[in-house]
Amino acid sequence: MNKPSTKASGLALPALHRREVLALGAGGILAASGLGSRAQGKAPPPPPAKPSGQVVVGLSQEPTAFNPLMPGIEVDETVWMQIFNTMWLAQPDGSLVPDLAAEVPSEANGGISEGGLAWKVKLREGITWHDGTPFTAEDVKYTLELINAPGFKARTRVGHSLVKDIKVTGPLEISWRMEKAYAPYLALLSNTFIVPKHLLEKAADPNTAPFNGAPVGTGPFKWGTRTPGDNIQLVANEKYHGKGPYLEKAVLKYVPDQTALYAQFRTGQVDLIIGTGIPANFYAEAVKLPGRKVVKIPSASLEVLMPNLEHPALSDKAVRKALYASINKQAIIDIVFYGLHIPTESFMPQESWAYDPNLPKQVYDPALAGKILDDAGWKRSGSGVRMKNGVPLEFAVSTTTGAALREQCQQLMQQDWQQIGIKMAINNMPAAVIWGEFYTRSKFQSLLVGTAFRTVIDPDPAHRFGSDAIPAKSGNGANQMQWQNAEADALMKQGQETFDTAKRKEIYQKLQVLVREELPILPIYQYAPVEGYKEGLIGYQPNINARQNTWNMGQWYWAK
Amino acid sequence: MIAFLLRRLGQSLLLLLIVSVIGFAILHLAPGGPMSQFAAGGDMTQADLDRIAEQLGLNRPLPVQYIEWLWRMLRGDWGVSYRDQQPVLHIIASHIGATLELMLTSTLLAMVIGAWVGILGAIRRYSLFDSLATVGAMIALSIPTFWFGLVVIYVFSVGLGWLPSGNRYTMGDGSFLNQVHHLIGPCIVLALVSTAVWSRYMRSSMLEVVNQDYIRTARAKGVPERQILLRHALRNALLPMITITGLHVPTLLSGALVTETVFTWPGMGRLFLDSISYRDYPVVMGILMFTAVLVLMGSLLADLLYGVADPRISRSGR
Repeated sequence: MNKPSTKASGLALPALHRREVLALGAGGILAASGLGSRAQGKAPPPPPAKPSGQVVVGLSQEPTAFNPLMPGIEVDETVWMQIFNTMWLAQPDGSLVPDLAAEVPSEANGGISEGGLAWKVKLREGITWHDGTPFTAEDVKYTLELINAPGFKARTRVGHSLVKDIKVTGPLEISWRMEKAYAPYLALLSNTFIVPKHLLEKAADPNTAPFNGAPVGTGPFKWGTRTPGDNIQLVANEKYHGKGPYLEKAVLKYVPDQTALYAQFRTGQVDLIIGTGIPANFYAEAVKLPGRKVVKIPSASLEVLMPNLEHPALSDKAVRKALYASINKQAIIDIVFYGLHIPTESFMPQESWAYDPNLPKQVYDPALAGKILDDAGWKRSGSGVRMKNGVPLEFAVSTTTGAALREQCQQLMQQDWQQIGIKMAINNMPAAVIWGEFYTRSKFQSLLVGTAFRTVIDPDPAHRFGSDAIPAKSGNGANQMQWQNAEADALMKQGQETFDTAKRKEIYQKLQVLVREELPILPIYQYAPVEGYKEGLIGYQPNINARQNTWNMGQWYWAK
Repeated sequence: MIAFLLRRLGQSLLLLLIVSVIGFAILHLAPGGPMSQFAAGGDMTQADLDRIAEQLGLNRPLPVQYIEWLWRMLRGDWGVSYRDQQPVLHIIASHIGATLELMLTSTLLAMVIGAWVGILGAIRRYSLFDSLATVGAMIALSIPTFWFGLVVIYVFSVGLGWLPSGNRYTMGDGSFLNQVHHLIGPCIVLALVSTAVWSRYMRSSMLEVVNQDYIRTARAKGVPERQILLRHALRNALLPMITITGLHVPTLLSGALVTETVFTWPGMGRLFLDSISYRDYPVVMGILMFTAVLVLMGSLLADLLYGVADPRISRSGR
């Protein structure tokens, strides 16, 4: 708690970042857990006729990047989703609902044709930018082109770089071609915010445009004021094209220390805690707070042990199987994480439509682990550490310093593995070091890390698992495990080229079986972060398909 | 006097250059970098990271980066924050108000109470008051700030509900009284340590003076005790305090790292911590240089004031 920088504590717990969020089809958990609209009480009062009141949302990281196309971290999206809109929006149940577009293109409605190569989108009528200028197809064209513009500091060009030949075919009609069929692009566009051409093209350099400090969009809230290091105030856009907004003002309040943030939630200075959420050790107390609702929310992030498959010992599948069999998952979850998180076998979130629930369950069995190693030829040496062909079975597990709960996990694993002749060292470093070249260039031996394995909300994990996605081998992606598997590559290629959900589900289930067998990652648990809000706030609804649960803030209001 | 000033300024510039080289080197040689915050999420590809690093000039050799930085700095361009996309000067300016508000209030409080406790302790040496003040100062100096801050929050905010648990003001209520209310907690924490320091300095400084011959002479002449203390003793006892005050100026503006974090105070201290953890090089360097200039100015100011307050230390003869 006495961490000097709580900003670092955000970085120190990347697992809590729902930065990449999960695929379509997450209705199940919401309905089952009552986190959906039922959580708000039986018959909520109707919204006010005119925007009124304010909400103070507590965040443990500070939003600082306001151009939604430029590099930013997950928390910046809390602002982007209020100011801007996307073509379509993913709902908690997984469906895509048109927003700036009049309908979501599909092969059925002719919006996507030629096997995924030709796209055509009709836009909604009557939308205006916050400054009153009408929104048109030119804005969409400008946005897609800006992302690929050579000098522009675009956050990512994944998917967008395949877009060619953009044509405005009417004031509210746009079409383009794709270099190759790429099904995840539908999901990517649900997270691509459209920016105004008329403001950004006037700037000498869009990287430094005044717009980036005072954004203008089409969303439910307009940019108000910002006190750096403290808060951002947004005001209602009364000409919004959708439902709402019902609040006159929305304040995004930055409280860097998670414990301080929780204290402010307790004393009522912030109305909600979202994002990194309420720390697990306060959960039991928080659920008893009067006048506060505290909910476990679905998250697409997994805690995994990420081996570097180029490590001489970890490259052996038998070693990974033995390691996995001797991780006491339940003890980690129950003892260290207060029973909050959910054990998992898949790289896919359990709410995903592509999730395979029939994967073999991991059983904690050190004896079996020892046998696997014996059979694979890893013999105990004099020092008690197993050896094979002169290679000792020892490696380091790294994670971010200051993540106290993770450090406890490391100790549990260390003890378990020591008993079966595996020597594990703990090598922790600050977040800025871990996530630098150490991670991106695969300089680690193994990492204890929280991350997700998809493309935005699509189940496609090609940039995490593809053989051509290994940065340490000049690849372009985030396959830091350095996993290379021809069968997996073929499946992922097929998955990207197929637009039929049923067929894709089959493909990704095969991939999950393969990953569970090969263990390029050792999945430990799926995160179940805790968020909380003041009673009387209507409309808050966790959405595993949105990156932040301010996704529908335009529809929030206070029961009065 | 002018020669003295010029010499001091020359030394200061050299010092600033050295500070900048060391600061730049330490910052950039530390492992990790500004791109790590984006890499953590995993939705940017290596090509994206490489492209942005190139656009920020991070892939150039370190000496080249330093010279570019120095050249921009000399022309008054402090650079643009990697994290915030805003000019560094703009960012520093937007955090300094909160820090000044907090530091001025707590320093004033600490000076007044500290001086009073110190003077009284010196006059009534070895009295109960003096002993209590000594013990109190020792305790205050040994309490870790973050711990005391948490205790204040726990007792007065969470427990008693008297004080807000942090922030500069309540959202939606920017009134003066509301701001004063929010100042109390962090001020107590910050003033505690400073009061202890000031009181110890004041006490020893005063003790030295009251034992001087001229005080005894004044007493022998029958000058009223009150006048002796205020006009003769205090004036001279305050001299060493000027140096301490001068050296305290940078703290006023660079903020209190721990207290600002515990009390969610949006000032310079927290900005510095945030910027370091994000490896936001331009902002960290900006704050570093800003603080270095303040330290040099503070000590120069103290030297000059010393000469004004005590003509015996006049520089004109040198």
